Amino acid sequence: MATASVVLMPSGAPAREIKGRVDDPWLPHQADAPAPLQDPGYVFFTPEEAAFVEAATERLIPEDDLGPGAKTCGVPLFIDHQLAGAFGRAGSWYMQGPWGKGQDTQGFQSRMMPSALYRAAIKAIDEHAVSSEAGKLFADLPAEAQDAILSDLERGKLDLGGADAKTFFKMLWQNTKEGMFSDPIYGGNKDMAGWKMLGFPGVRYNYLDWVDRHGEHYDQPPVGIRGRPGWNSTG
Amino acid sequence: MAQRLPSVDVLLVGFGWTGAIMAQELTEAGHDVLALERGSWRDTGTDFAPSFIQDELRYRYHGHLFEQTAQETLTFRNTPDQTALPMRRLGSFLPGTGVGGSILHWNGQAFRFLPYDFEIRRQTAARYGEAMIPADMTLQDWGVTYDELEPHYMRWEELCGIAGQAGNVKGQKLPGGNPFEGQRSKPYPTPPMKQTYGPALFGEAAGSLKLHPFPCPSGNMSQAYTNPLGVSMAPCTYCGFCEKFGCGNYSKASVQTTILPVLMQNKNFTLRTECEVTRINLDASGTHATGVTYVDAHGNEFEQPAELVIVCAYILHNVHLLMTSGIGTKYDPATGQGTLGKNYCYQLTPSVDVFFEDKVLNPFVGAGALGMIVDDWNGDNFDHTGLGFIHGGYIAAYMTTGRPIETELLPEGTPKWGAKWKQAFVKNYLTSMSISLMGAVMPNKVNYLDLDPTYRDVYGRPLMRMTYDFKQNELKLQDFALGKMADIAKAMHPREIKKSPRGPHYDIVPYQSTHNTGGAVMGVSRRESVVNRYLQHWDVSNLFVVGASAFPHNSGYNPTGTVSALALWAAEAIRSQYLKHPGPLVQS
Repeated sequence: MATASVVLMPSGAPAREIKGRVDDPWLPHQADAPAPLQDPGYVFFTPEEAAFVEAATERLIPEDDLGPGAKTCGVPLFIDHQLAGAFGRAGSWYMQGPWGKGQDTQGFQSRMMPSALYRAAIKAIDEHAVSSEAGKLFADLPAEAQDAILSDLERGKLDLGGADAKTFFKMLWQNTKEGMFSDPIYGGNKDMAGWKMLGFPGVRYNYLDWVDRHGEHYDQPPVGIRGRPGWNSTG
Repeated sequence: MAQRLPSVDVLLVGFGWTGAIMAQELTEAGHDVLALERGSWRDTGTDFAPSFIQDELRYRYHGHLFEQTAQETLTFRNTPDQTALPMRRLGSFLPGTGVGGSILHWNGQAFRFLPYDFEIRRQTAARYGEAMIPADMTLQDWGVTYDELEPHYMRWEELCGIAGQAGNVKGQKLPGGNPFEGQRSKPYPTPPMKQTYGPALFGEAAGSLKLHPFPCPSGNMSQAYTNPLGVSMAPCTYCGFCEKFGCGNYSKASVQTTILPVLMQNKNFTLRTECEVTRINLDASGTHATGVTYVDAHGNEFEQPAELVIVCAYILHNVHLLMTSGIGTKYDPATGQGTLGKNYCYQLTPSVDVFFEDKVLNPFVGAGALGMIVDDWNGDNFDHTGLGFIHGGYIAAYMTTGRPIETELLPEGTPKWGAKWKQAFVKNYLTSMSISLMGAVMPNKVNYLDLDPTYRDVYGRPLMRMTYDFKQNELKLQDFALGKMADIAKAMHPREIKKSPRGPHYDIVPYQSTHNTGGAVMGVSRRESVVNRYLQHWDVSNLFVVGASAFPHNSGYNPTGTVSALALWAAEAIRSQYLKHPGPLVQS
């Protein structure tokens, strides 16, 4: 075929053109590293919202003989920073209307991005608690009463006004597990307590020596993306 | 107003696995090739380095390597009487984007389909009679045979260094391999992976039941390997971060680890990234493609003329692009007329979870294709008389990962959260595993793709609409297979097991597999297919559509091997026939 192959991109076009053998596509020093949590305090939740999330996540994964619960592991802080970032804004999701409720098999259909959903749901749950539990906020209720409200949310039995209870519960539970078991770089899984509890060694890169060791307990401590406390002076 | 650019010989839409295969094959034959990729350049050292790739939150749950629904998605409903709604978040399947496409984040489970698959209608009718095929099952032959594809399967396995144990080489049955597989011309290029405890227990149990266990053919390297292009890969370290991740160790076959280093040295290859093709343009006759229209990252629109257009995007985008370009006749489920969008299929993936009291399995010592398989109930490897379904699936015990957000196997009756959930999770994490089915899905008259009447994408095009549900064939197969899986599970002598079926209705939320197929299917006649046996469009002879969109049904295996073999088969036809004498390769 005789057609010319050389096509120059018009000047100013942002798309990248890489010509074989001519251009070098391999860019040094461009590693796409993760963004660690910087601020150790809440940046999204109000004090009342933080109190709700601390109490609710601690009921979802409570402290017991096996290890710390969600609160001690930094799950509320993790969720707070997630909601302040791209996840909270539904930055990568299709959010255009119209909005229909649909079937469960059709998945997430809320118009609310996660940060708005948390804000609206927590407010409605606390209002429900105040009106049905003698003026007490969710965070001030005994564990059994908190569990009952969480169960009602899970089953969609609470009317939260604009926010859908089941959608909120699913998101809260998923984010709680993420905060408990994701890399500590994001503020949860403090001291890798979530991983230690399970026996997950984290981001170890090479298990070749362990492939044949059927039935043996792995004996090394967990490692995160930034190593582990023993490896640096700041702990 | 689109800016018109100088014409090119061969234009590829999308630069994932099939695009890279096409680019390598056609530049090698001396042709000038331009690939347009909507995503960005990505490579091992910069984008999947071991120092940060093992990040479950970022890659699995925030999908940093996946397509973003804000950019492109589809609408979904189970049945035609429902209103389809947008897939606002990824869930059931995870299409990739960017250089290297979806294979970048695959597990590496590298199967061939069975000879039966390619002649499924003829062979099913011959063995059981036409009455075995329900009226609503739009079952059809592929127009290509296993024997025709075999050299291309072999070539792909050598390109990727697939690790496995052959079961049938030139008719000779080999111990430890899959005795049901189609005849191979050669053994696998590398020996199988070593098995960890869980898959080994499954293999012993399956053997004790007189089944035929064999190690999963693997795109994770069992040893150092240099492919026929001269590109080298390193042995897999069993780190447990394969599927949904890029491999930082050059141990998983992908565009980056098998083709790219060589292809980028070819001066007749040009790649443009951040360029999304929005339309294939036709001349006034409607039978000749003049090129494509694409939009770059700033929203500038270009018209790129080409002599030959090869569509190599993910299957859903292949079909969507044909639809939004007005090429071909849309399928109408009411009449069965038309072909574009028909025979959309998926994968059926129920499991049986196995809980031991004291066997430590260390699930984090894993690899995407680490596992043992039995193929005794796949395809037509067993007698289906009286069962009420056709085809089947392989049963596997994989140990792909112990990533703790995703890996949650809990016994029957465990509460979904709270203290008892925590206790059960901790108790079972190291000592449980899953046996899974890779179940075939047969085409159905009302499982199809078309354009949504309401929702639009960022370019203003209608979203594609998926109408899909599990049908009787899948549900009966699932019941049957769960029984067999439970038999094997019990033979492993666990404390307890738990059956986890799918359905009864397909749910687009939980991750199942990125094994979408069909919609622009291949076949023997234009009446029943979009492309001919060489993946050439029946109506537009300078347009080829490559990928799992060509599958008339989905088999009981992962699709990547067959996607690749078909791409190599089509590339050979383009090289040796089409480019010498452009025009239809099959007379209709």
